Amino acid sequence: MTTVEERPHTGFGRTLRKEDVRLVRGKGNYVDDVRLPGMLHGALLRSPYAHARILSIDTSAAEAMPKVLAVITGETLKGLGLAWMPTLSYDVQAVLATDKVRYQGQEVAFVIAEDHYAARDAVELIEVDYEPLPAVIDAKKALDPDSPVIRDDKENQADNHIFDWEAGDQAKTDEVFANAEVVVAEDILYPRVHPAPLETCGSVADMDPVTGKLTLYTTSQAPHAHRTVYALVAGLPEHKIRVIAPDIGGGFGNKVGIYPGYVMSIVGSIVTGKPVKWVEDRSEHLMSTAFARDYHMRGEIAATKDGKILGLRVKVIADHGAFNATAQPTKFPAGFFHVFTGSYDLQAAHCSVTGVYTNKAPGGVAYACSFRITEAVYLVERMVDVLAYELKADPAELRMKNLLQPEQFPYTTQTGWEYDSGDYPKALQLAMDMAGYDELRREQAEKRERGELMGIGVAFFTEAVGAGPRKHMDILGLGMADGAELRIHPTGKAVLRISVKTQGQGHETTFAQIVGNELGLPTADIEVVHGDTDQTPFGLGTYGSRSTPVSGAATALVARKIRDKAKIIASAMLEVSPDDLEWAGDRFHVKGDPEQAKTIQEIAMAAHSSLELPEGIEGHLDATTVYNPPNLTYPFGAYICVVDVDPGTGGVKVRRFIAVDDCGVRINPMIVEGQVHGGLADGVGMALMQVIAFDEEGNHLGASFMDYLLPTSLECPSWELGATYTPSPHHPIGAKGVGESATVGSPCAVVNAVLDAIKVRHADMPLTPAAVWGAMQGRPIRTDLAIQ
Amino acid sequence: MTRVSIKVDGVDYEDDVEPRTLLVHHLREQLGKVGTVVGCDTSNCGACTVLMSDADGHQRSVKSCSVLAVQANDREIITIEGLSGPDRTLHPVQRAFHQAHGLQCGFCTPGMIMAAVDLLEENADPSEEEIREGLEGNLCRCTGYQNIVRAVREASAEIRAGHGTAEPAPPTPRAGEGETPDSGLRREDVPDETIPQPVP
Repeated sequence: MTTVEERPHTGFGRTLRKEDVRLVRGKGNYVDDVRLPGMLHGALLRSPYAHARILSIDTSAAEAMPKVLAVITGETLKGLGLAWMPTLSYDVQAVLATDKVRYQGQEVAFVIAEDHYAARDAVELIEVDYEPLPAVIDAKKALDPDSPVIRDDKENQADNHIFDWEAGDQAKTDEVFANAEVVVAEDILYPRVHPAPLETCGSVADMDPVTGKLTLYTTSQAPHAHRTVYALVAGLPEHKIRVIAPDIGGGFGNKVGIYPGYVMSIVGSIVTGKPVKWVEDRSEHLMSTAFARDYHMRGEIAATKDGKILGLRVKVIADHGAFNATAQPTKFPAGFFHVFTGSYDLQAAHCSVTGVYTNKAPGGVAYACSFRITEAVYLVERMVDVLAYELKADPAELRMKNLLQPEQFPYTTQTGWEYDSGDYPKALQLAMDMAGYDELRREQAEKRERGELMGIGVAFFTEAVGAGPRKHMDILGLGMADGAELRIHPTGKAVLRISVKTQGQGHETTFAQIVGNELGLPTADIEVVHGDTDQTPFGLGTYGSRSTPVSGAATALVARKIRDKAKIIASAMLEVSPDDLEWAGDRFHVKGDPEQAKTIQEIAMAAHSSLELPEGIEGHLDATTVYNPPNLTYPFGAYICVVDVDPGTGGVKVRRFIAVDDCGVRINPMIVEGQVHGGLADGVGMALMQVIAFDEEGNHLGASFMDYLLPTSLECPSWELGATYTPSPHHPIGAKGVGESATVGSPCAVVNAVLDAIKVRHADMPLTPAAVWGAMQGRPIRTDLAIQ
Repeated sequence: MTRVSIKVDGVDYEDDVEPRTLLVHHLREQLGKVGTVVGCDTSNCGACTVLMSDADGHQRSVKSCSVLAVQANDREIITIEGLSGPDRTLHPVQRAFHQAHGLQCGFCTPGMIMAAVDLLEENADPSEEEIREGLEGNLCRCTGYQNIVRAVREASAEIRAGHGTAEPAPPTPRAGEGETPDSGLRREDVPDETIPQPVP
């Protein structure tokens, strides 16, 4: 328990969140709370078919309805050159369907009305004549020669193939496998799931017909990138576009890309000359916005008989849906999947990923995946357990035997990543100590005697977050460096402007803490401005746990620029040379004379005063910077999950979950813990209940919270957290990202625990009672398809 | 259109509503009470939870997306915006959510707080299990529930000790695990050589 603080909080440590002050009172400002004079409401008509030709659309009845101002179809957009928009993967995506619909829930027409009830009524009156086509649902069959071609809009696209991509040394890997004593292979599906933030996506577009300026309030994790893309899509001048991401009710990667609804609210505002709001409902959200995962993986692991892991080989079929709108750096079509070598010292590794089109909604990279690292970690941590199963080895001991050692860092993996720092054995040992691992195994053995099913699952992960070095990483040509701007007012209060955009991760608090730590200003005296592209420097936004690694670094460095300038001003104030000054946390004092001192607040006032400044020094106290990270940061963690399985029903109860995370320096441990808690709940949800499945016609079987099950307070245990601290050597404050770690690391711990309980080598998520019961009978099922 | 009179957060409102208008939309769109939010369309998530008086005048939590505005006629509604005390002091449950870090994006928070207020009305000293059961109708995507449970426990203690919306306690971060390291790595503990110096 922390004691009551007697002085204002400054710098790192547990401090309560500034943003709570409004949020606990219902005074947040989310997109649907935005109300503008004359605002109209839009609603989308969506396709009932997964794959069908559009023969005709009749909007006359909808247009004749009272309160309806306009009905826009793909044909209207065609005339404006807006029927298609670019995606973050250099593909195109239909804004409103013109030729065909390619997934159930796809956007077909947009109604603008005076209120949202009327808009929904009018949507019902639009008549579309469809000619249904056979749908491609099973990604594993998408490349069959007789498979219908989904993307006949694209020239030279004769099949459903998107890309082939590989990493690692294939020849070397094949050689290691050819000579290995033990080789085990397993088909592993990471089923399609959905981030499902509690707030759906939405936007309010306000095109001022007089000034030609577009203001867009929107659920965007990357407002600056959105602004640039809108400029490119709509041909609007970029300085006449202002994107405002207000409070966002969770993002989880779902709010990175641009959706047709956003574009339609803009078009609607241009057409009507009034603000247009569009907010989707939950079923639209689940059916049409960015899904996550959907990787069909064949993993192979090579090892010695006594359990030394030698190599990994993976082949992936990646289901990208009907348009490749996956959010990832340009050169990485499978994201950072090639960190699948995990936390182990291998002799060789190789992966190949093939992306395919199917008649499903686009997406793929979302839901705290750090660009496919969820899939990578799940693959390697499942394969290690498969190996343990075959060797009858203890999964924790097997990991301990193979983990990278602290002295091996910085460590270059077989696929080219340079891990920055880590002490893996220490973290795993701490988790085992916290769990009472040996005691748990004894308890498990006793229970097995009595026919009770108890499982212990272990997962160890290495993350790669903080994209990234401009040289290698860009999104749509925009380098992944981020700006920061810090201004100290005359009275010593500060305004920090950042390019990233919180969706609940606490940036308004933690970024103030970074500044406070560098300058000795109280956290309460630092205002963090974010989300408004007219008010903040350019940058790529918040996802991939990149805020702390990139923007946090920019914040520390911009504060140090201020400190450097403050030193010169202080030297003028104290009439000494800057070299004679020493920094004392919140002031400069003359070396050897702490009484001769000037605080940052005093210096700020002097910087705005009539003080004679040294040659070449401008007045005021502000600075800007752009941080181009030299490398990613590589946080890691050791997770242990304990489950009880009901042998009669296959029902799983997560009894305990121990999570040791190391994200280097913790700016605010309270907030880090909250991030971990949320990610662990994700892991329980994905492992046990969440899946977006389809039937053979392509009907979406997870389009509401009745079907797409999220964990409640009852399915989550009390989390047991531990921490080790291994700073990132290249980061200005030694901090690594952490937001996605728990979502990346926890699903496999739960799955490993369940399979440990029922002594089954592998079964796919979600491990619902039916799936567990089937696995116990030796009947694994395809969880992503309603057809078996 | 139907005439309804509803008392919301202590103020009487008279409005014409369509019979099909959901209470949550009436609150948000007609009365401007946007603190109450919508998270789903199947009554699962509880983000729209408010207190509504029943026929006997008891305030009970309801999901306002599943109540018609006309059903609230002559009833009293309390939303998150009506929970603070005089001088904008926080209700103990609001304060506890803040102090126990029981919220992140804040979207489930209004409904979660209202559900917790109702829960504590029914059970002044709930166990952890009773809290988890009592909040099962409210989904949260950020917190993993643990700090919410802790917040409700702490609020119940506050309320039982008679601390209503009185003087807010000084902020005390309490969202810590019992024995885990509590204060991160201090800047002094980061080896100097690992800290790049800013380019002059």
